[in-house]
Amino acid sequence: MKKHYRLLVVALLALFIAGSAKAQEVVVNGKVQDASDGTALPGVNILEKGTTNGALTNSDGDFTIKVQKSSTLVISFVGYTPQEIAVGEQTSVKISLTPDITQLSEVVVIGYGTVEKKDATGAVYAVSSKDFNKGIIASPQDLLVGKLAGVQVTSNSGAPGGASTIRIRGGSSLNASNDPLIVIDGFPVDNSKNGTDPNPGQAGVVNILSSINPNDIETFTVLKDASATAIYGSRASNGVIIITTKKGKDGKPKFTYNATVSIASPIKYYDVLSASEYKKLVTDLNEKGFSGIDATAVSHLGNSNTNWQKEIYRNAISTDHNIGVSGSYKTIPYRLSYGYTNQQGILKTTDFDRQSLNLNLNPSLLDNHLKIDISAKGSINKTNFGNTDAVGAALSFDPTQPVHASNEYGGYYTWLSTDGTPNKIATSNPVALLNQTDNRSTANRLIGNVKVEYKLPFLPDLKLNVNTGYDVTKSSGLNTSPENAAFKYNTLGSGRRNDYNAKNHSELLDLYFNYTKTIGGSKIDLTGGYSWQHFTRQNYNYDRNLNGSVISDSSRYKNENYLVSFFGRLNYTFKDKYLLTASVRDDGSSKFPNNQWGLFPSVALAWKIKSENFLMNNDLISDLKLRVSYGQTGQQDIQSNYPGLATYQIGKINAQYQFGNQFYQTLRPNAYDGNIKWETTTTLNLGLDFGFKNDKITGSLEIYQRDTKDLLNYIPISLGSNFSNFLNTNVGSMQNKGVELTLRATPISTGTLTWNAGANFTYNENKITKLTLTNDPGYTGVNASFISGGVGNYVGNYNIGFPSSAFFVYKQVYDTNGKPIEGLYVDKTGKGGDISSSDLNRYHFKKSAPNVMIGVNSRVNYKNFDFSFSGRFSLGNYNYNNNLSSRAYYGAIYNQSGFLSNVPSAINDTKFANAQYNSSYYVQNGSFFKMDNISAGYSLDKFFTSKLKARISLTAQNAFIVTKYKGIDPEVSGGVDNNIYPRPRTFLLGLNLTF
Amino acid sequence: MKLNKLNIVSALIVSLGLTACVNDLNVTPIDPNLTTKDAAYNSPLAYKEGLAKLYAAFTVSGQQGPSGQNDISGIDEGFGTYSRAYWNCQELPTDEAVIAWNDQTVKNFHWQTWSASDVFITAMYSRAIYTATLCNEYIRVTAGNTDADIVKYHAEARFLRALAYYHGLDLFGNIPFTTEKDPSATKFFPKQIDRADLFTYLESELLAIENDLGAPQFEYGRADQGACWMLLAKLYLNAKVYTGTEKNTEAITYLNKIIGSTYSLATSYKNNFTADNDKSPEMIFPITCDGTYTRSYGGTTYLIHACLGGSMSESNFGVVGKWGGLRTTSALSSKFTDLSGNTDSRAMIWTDGQSEVINDIGTFTDGYGITKFSNLNSDGSPAIHHSDDFADTDFPMFRLADAYLMYAEAVLRGGSGGSLSQALDYVNALRERAYGDTSGNITSGDLTLDFIIDERARELYFEGHRRTDLIRFGKFTGGDYLWPWKGNVKVGTSTPSYRDLYPIPSNDLGANPTLKQNEGY
Repeated sequence: MKKHYRLLVVALLALFIAGSAKAQEVVVNGKVQDASDGTALPGVNILEKGTTNGALTNSDGDFTIKVQKSSTLVISFVGYTPQEIAVGEQTSVKISLTPDITQLSEVVVIGYGTVEKKDATGAVYAVSSKDFNKGIIASPQDLLVGKLAGVQVTSNSGAPGGASTIRIRGGSSLNASNDPLIVIDGFPVDNSKNGTDPNPGQAGVVNILSSINPNDIETFTVLKDASATAIYGSRASNGVIIITTKKGKDGKPKFTYNATVSIASPIKYYDVLSASEYKKLVTDLNEKGFSGIDATAVSHLGNSNTNWQKEIYRNAISTDHNIGVSGSYKTIPYRLSYGYTNQQGILKTTDFDRQSLNLNLNPSLLDNHLKIDISAKGSINKTNFGNTDAVGAALSFDPTQPVHASNEYGGYYTWLSTDGTPNKIATSNPVALLNQTDNRSTANRLIGNVKVEYKLPFLPDLKLNVNTGYDVTKSSGLNTSPENAAFKYNTLGSGRRNDYNAKNHSELLDLYFNYTKTIGGSKIDLTGGYSWQHFTRQNYNYDRNLNGSVISDSSRYKNENYLVSFFGRLNYTFKDKYLLTASVRDDGSSKFPNNQWGLFPSVALAWKIKSENFLMNNDLISDLKLRVSYGQTGQQDIQSNYPGLATYQIGKINAQYQFGNQFYQTLRPNAYDGNIKWETTTTLNLGLDFGFKNDKITGSLEIYQRDTKDLLNYIPISLGSNFSNFLNTNVGSMQNKGVELTLRATPISTGTLTWNAGANFTYNENKITKLTLTNDPGYTGVNASFISGGVGNYVGNYNIGFPSSAFFVYKQVYDTNGKPIEGLYVDKTGKGGDISSSDLNRYHFKKSAPNVMIGVNSRVNYKNFDFSFSGRFSLGNYNYNNNLSSRAYYGAIYNQSGFLSNVPSAINDTKFANAQYNSSYYVQNGSFFKMDNISAGYSLDKFFTSKLKARISLTAQNAFIVTKYKGIDPEVSGGVDNNIYPRPRTFLLGLNLTF
Repeated sequence: MKLNKLNIVSALIVSLGLTACVNDLNVTPIDPNLTTKDAAYNSPLAYKEGLAKLYAAFTVSGQQGPSGQNDISGIDEGFGTYSRAYWNCQELPTDEAVIAWNDQTVKNFHWQTWSASDVFITAMYSRAIYTATLCNEYIRVTAGNTDADIVKYHAEARFLRALAYYHGLDLFGNIPFTTEKDPSATKFFPKQIDRADLFTYLESELLAIENDLGAPQFEYGRADQGACWMLLAKLYLNAKVYTGTEKNTEAITYLNKIIGSTYSLATSYKNNFTADNDKSPEMIFPITCDGTYTRSYGGTTYLIHACLGGSMSESNFGVVGKWGGLRTTSALSSKFTDLSGNTDSRAMIWTDGQSEVINDIGTFTDGYGITKFSNLNSDGSPAIHHSDDFADTDFPMFRLADAYLMYAEAVLRGGSGGSLSQALDYVNALRERAYGDTSGNITSGDLTLDFIIDERARELYFEGHRRTDLIRFGKFTGGDYLWPWKGNVKVGTSTPSYRDLYPIPSNDLGANPTLKQNEGY
């Protein structure tokens, strides 16, 4: 199959095999310097005109080149006007290059290549290190928070080293992954979290990016529209983030050293009743004869006064050190860096410790014809996960009980059952949960890749590229609790020992060529190639009590998948004004056995209006470019690796069945869809790039519509047709529409004072346009957003015409004072009876995704001082306040098995007797402004010696939040606010040294 | 030109690599626990393991135990196990049981206010049809196989399919229906079958496999002829509800076969509900559970933990964890004259700290507790595969006592082939065991249908029969018979008769456009 691709390969090979010829030569020595200040220019390109013979200047600006007699040298360097010099009889030349302001252009990385920002036809945005967020940033994605329109980065919790959720333009899938593709130095990394449910921490890595040291990152490039992303085809529907790490520069070794020390503390505590308030409430309820709160309940009250939240949180100290050296060894530019991060979590016993080593070597050989980029990133990540159950337990544990008690359970106060053993359904002592849990893992990761670019000697316009890489993560961990841990009580032997390990690896091979040619006013840039990637994941978990007599889990899994792709892209520029990009990717995925191949094309046009005569001399408008793109991308990232194969699952040890006296493993046919295929997203994007007043103000406006069809959906199927009631299959469509505006301005720029400011604005609207095979009006959709409290309760739902993040609740009825009336809901169907017995009475009410996000940032440099801040608005996002709904009712106070639970003070707002999980009351406005960081710094050109430059900075991270939301933090990934490890506020002192 | 040689070599590697790479897309599972359909039945043991799944599907949630790799979705795995979903559908809407929890719409059961979107009802519906679909596949795989063991497996698969479809027939009436002749795992819309047609089909299936099944009690846990006769008898006894025609004579025919077989009453009533109840000679068809090897949050694990609460002591039941859920209403407890169990030992009722009156279903101490199921052996020793969390006790789906009472009822309903005096003997055999002597025996004058429905409650409460029984007696809906909180009113109120059938779940109506909703919903 796919024979036409073979032709392409053969053509490539023919070019490879051909040789090169050489003629008579003379040696020329020279030096290149900057015409403005006379400094030597390293890395300047010297080329014998009409040939591919070339050389580079060294760190002192010197070069040597063998050329033919009476030839001409072309000297070129980015940012300078090129010069030509006739060699004649000279053997030594001195060249001064003039900086070319108009030539200074931003080059952005795109898939399988680079493009000058001014020539980009797609929605491509880059954030470079100088614009990154400041603060204690253990995880690279946090650098991006609030920086780009259309890119939402939400850290899932305040846990050290924890993961974030990234959504570009709202996400295009329902059940398949909504994570963007992340490409690190040309290596697309596996998005899947190697975790076994139900505990995501099991495999030891909670965050695919936490093993990358943020200090090593040079730029993030975000590809948003189909024109930019379609070259990544099947994995590009949710956008692409390309991470480029810092590379070595020619010259003498340059050292950098950064260090920060920080202190983090909880922003606030959840408002629950104090011991005296609680005591009063319980006795009052008993006196009033509240159902279930009898004399026995009152007798359980203690005499202590414990603030359980204060008992589990702390001020956390963290340090971060990075040392890097870059330069060139002979002709090999290098950069080597070492980073050490030790981050304490504000929840006691949690921390994250990472050592990272990053090496980049970028030699050029064969007179610059062979460029090699070697990149290796290694890290050792040690995480102490602690026991985050303590977060919720601290809100619920009876404040009248002491932390410690004299007993056989490690001296921690414990709720007991009637027969004197720990009450298994009672809240566990939060302090015991922390102190009697040792839950730590080590994950070692290595990403290495080698990129070789070979410029053909006889056809320098053609470059051949090979990129091979390997990404491996090995992790192992141990979660133990001692024999006397009440929360791990078992009559056959208490305590816990859980060993686990996991290994994920992926191998990559890319082969592609790039051909550029300028003929008259036409410029062609053609890229084509082949990509192969293989992913393997394996995991082992063994969980039992301390003496090994009770095995709760003994399992392992192993799976793999392959992606094979052919791709091509044409950039055509006419008269440097009219630009065309067309790309196509033919992707093969092993996940779809009968529909392996998916074709994803895109086309884009751009018009550099500024270059037209009528604008050329306009002083107000310094840049204007109109872009339009249309294309398709695919999605195949669903959890199952064999959704289209008829497979049988062998049951595990605990799922056997007894015949006679013998137990038999079970053999189950799994549900599958033999015709499962690609999910396809079609994106139309309109973009306008503009600059005013000599680019003092620049910006971009994007308008897009994305339609996803054949959604890879896990939905109910007709019973009897397959081996389950739900199936991974292609049903449904979804639409995202939005507007994005990015603005950058330099209002002041004098010698001593510079002020840069930026803002980005995002509006996205999402709705499901098709969900099932039929359109039955009685069909209530697919439930989502499962909550804590009761079993299986949910407050979300996918249905046609509504956003995928819509809440799905009964509409609360309020009294004249605005208080919710317990159990009274709007009768939507008008059928009367028990309103809350039918989902048909539920409303799609608000949604967790924001309507509008605005990011703002500013940086002022005055002499040696700098001051910057970065903040974010998120408007129209709602949260389901699960912390309240599962706790704030009187019925939650006493459980008849004999234990008390504290309630939030907000119980006074509702005075509910029973749980009202499905009330719209708990869907609360989570709009906010967050000041993500404020930083002030002072730079010293001379620090002790003239060779040492320094910057000292002071930063407040997560400085303040403005919100009406009643929970601790309005920013909740997924919208269900429940027992989240709180994000702390952090103050940092930083020192940067360069020498 | 060293470089050129290098180029040639790399070119060769590349072109070989490309071909290989495209073929890489054809994968087969590398997980040792996952196999392709073609390789699945590679040994005689594999056939038995395939059969074991069909049985396990009645109590385990999936392939991991107690949860994980679940068979069906859209429901909590514990609530979604077959045995628990079935029990809830059969017991919670009746006079026998209330549940305290706030889990979704679970309280709607007792109030009889459920809707077509109810997840618990959806779970039961999905379980029944899923299990039948599993059986279809196994029946296809084993069809035509003449190996003596596999012939038996094949018949058992047909029995289990009939059992699952019987539950569908009883609970939902008109269900989408497939057999081994339908396609396997493709997109199609199974057609709904009329309740009466499904009755005929099940009758013919059970009659067809009767002789292929093993003799009664040939191997514990397996469906044998006794199970087949019992299911036939249940079909016939309820035939009026399912088809409009009485079939009490046919019921008596098969009840006679059971009673005349190798079964006998356990010496003690409670021995049917302990961890060693696999030893009970009364057991006709169990759903087996095991603390180590057959773990789920359904079956007796659910019944034992959920019944525990208040002042009960867990150690008396061989588990740790009082889930504080299930109690009974005064309608059941008042059927016993002495709740202590000293008179009628079947009164396994907990009153300490509990009130008989239910003011709030959500309060565990409202309503008397039930102490019928235990994870200790009959002598009080721990179960052989004891676990604090998972019960060893098997769930008695069919037992001899039930057959005795069915016999009496069929005779009272006018079936021939039995006698009233025989019926009285069978009923008194149960009562003698319960009372320990003849003091509780009844006279022939006492033996009426009204007595039978109450006696069935006393003998079989919490065993998953009550809804079917009440419907057969016309007492489930309507206002003839009220119990606390029926119709969501404390003293009970009349409910509409369409609730004798559960609705076809809206999920399936959305996925299968050929389905028609049951009347009233």
